[in-house]
Amino acid sequence: MRDKISSSPVLSVVSKILFAPIIIFGLYVQFHGDYGPGGGFQAGVIVAAAFILYSMIFGLSKGETLVPIMINRYLMCVGVLLYAGVGIVSILLDGMYLDYNVLSSDPSTGQHIGIILVELGVGITVATVMIALYHSFASFGEVNE
Amino acid sequence: MNFLLINFFLISLLLITTFFIFKTTSLISVVALTGAFTLLCSAIYVNLDAVDVAFTEAAVGSGISTILMVMAAAKLPEGKKNKLINLFPSIILAVSISLILIIIIANLPLLGDPNAPIHLHVVPEYLKESKDFFHIPNVVTNILASYRGFDTLGETIVIFTAGLGVIALLTSNTLNRKTNFKKNNKKNER
Repeated sequence: MRDKISSSPVLSVVSKILFAPIIIFGLYVQFHGDYGPGGGFQAGVIVAAAFILYSMIFGLSKGETLVPIMINRYLMCVGVLLYAGVGIVSILLDGMYLDYNVLSSDPSTGQHIGIILVELGVGITVATVMIALYHSFASFGEVNE
Repeated sequence: MNFLLINFFLISLLLITTFFIFKTTSLISVVALTGAFTLLCSAIYVNLDAVDVAFTEAAVGSGISTILMVMAAAKLPEGKKNKLINLFPSIILAVSISLILIIIIANLPLLGDPNAPIHLHVVPEYLKESKDFFHIPNVVTNILASYRGFDTLGETIVIFTAGLGVIALLTSNTLNRKTNFKKNNKKNER
């Protein structure tokens, strides 16, 4: 089950072709969220979908080589810490917690920087949590062999 | 007029999907139908001009949750059918909850009513001020990340905690196996 690799060449070729466009679309949604619909939550889920597709087609072991479990868990924390860290930085710059105005000399630019960093934090956490959820579900009950 | 027609069409499709969710006995088809249900919901949100909500619903509701449900369904033993022994309590519960919801719906403001309470509190201020101040056209992003930054931080922490919970629950087997392995090794050394 763990290393069950799909025998169909159609699936593996199509998933190989789709992998990069899905990630680019995720990055587009992530950084274009200020101008159109989208943002960290949606982008995180889209990027996670690419990795989950990879693990589904090529087996869980290869998926875990692509995204090692420990790095995935560290990245989960990095996302939340990035978000909370923006707040801490704005305190250090004589602002209030999560007050992005002080991040730059121009309040409007400061808001831009703050929003992009915060959305990046949300995106990293959501993507890694979704990958971790999939890997936990997929590897559940296979260790007793 | 078009808006109403599309809405009517989508909601009738939603009702048909719900009917078949109750009717099927196969787990995989229930999962697939639930995915179709959330996709229809996101189409309804697009029709209501709530594009961000629709995007989230399509990505999370019909994307990731369907995959996770398929994984969960694949782990379950096959061939077991759900038997409802006594329908009476569930019918009473369903009828009373729908009565309560119908009473509540009668008291809701009309769809798109500009004088609804939710449109009079802070929304006019946000809509007026955010574009000049942030120079970011998407008001949803402004509200989500800046005006309501604390709430979004909370949401991110909720997702993080959910991930931690699942990891702690589902991967405990792996850890146990590793500790057992170490114990066995120690025994062998002795």
